Amino acid sequence: MRSFQQRLDDFEERNIRVVAISVDPVDVNLRHWKKMGFTFPLLADTDAAVIKRYDLLHEHGGPGGANISRPAEFLIDPTGTVRWANLTENAAVRARPDEVLAVFDALDQKRAGEKD
Amino acid sequence: MSILHGYGGMKRNWNWRLWTGFLFALAGFISFWFFAQFPITRDFPWANLLLFAIGGFLLFTGIVRALREPQIYRGKIFGPILATLSVLIFALFAYGMFYVVRQMPPSKGAPRVGAKAPDFTLPAQNGIPVTLSQLESTRGTRSVLVIFYRGHW
Repeated sequence: MRSFQQRLDDFEERNIRVVAISVDPVDVNLRHWKKMGFTFPLLADTDAAVIKRYDLLHEHGGPGGANISRPAEFLIDPTGTVRWANLTENAAVRARPDEVLAVFDALDQKRAGEKD
Repeated sequence: MSILHGYGGMKRNWNWRLWTGFLFALAGFISFWFFAQFPITRDFPWANLLLFAIGGFLLFTGIVRALREPQIYRGKIFGPILATLSVLIFALFAYGMFYVVRQMPPSKGAPRVGAKAPDFTLPAQNGIPVTLSQLESTRGTRSVLVIFYRGHW
């Protein structure tokens, strides 16, 4: 998350909107958002309704057996179609900004090639 | 002769390797929270493992010299104690890093490439609701990156 903030200019330059979702409530997100200096929104899915719809629920994965989201990243195009998805099998290993930017650029080139 | 070879009256050297080794093992564990901030040290915890390795080497050589030259070096008893503690710390770290982090339920129903991403509306940190489909259709948007994360706690 911190690494995505550091590279946010590269995402904005490409007109990629970044949002992050967890089960944390709005007040925790606000505190975290201010502390970390984030400029992209942190969304509160307190009852994990969206997390469940994306089948990302990690039951009792949090402290005290709380239900949390497993880490995952999705690139979604303007029509709402998933163009790239990353579902890690190791909670400590997540997508890096460079990886996502490279994927976007590759998809972008492919798209441009198809139009020609 | 009794003064040279006996333990009493002879001041033995402090076996710094044992304590330093133990500190390295402790640092290998605690520094997880530091190294987890950077992808390069988080994806594979090589920095932590390096600290554990240095600690293990110091403890091992510290114990060896305490056993071989007990008249010179201290640590015949607390050396193995510190080593055991270090091994336990390392075991806990390895358990967390290589086992617990992989204990995630399968996610077979997650939207795959080419599928429609389920729409959602959720409040941002400022309380203002954000809707995926609105973000998608905002003028200029070429893509939306949705990051799901475990939470800050």
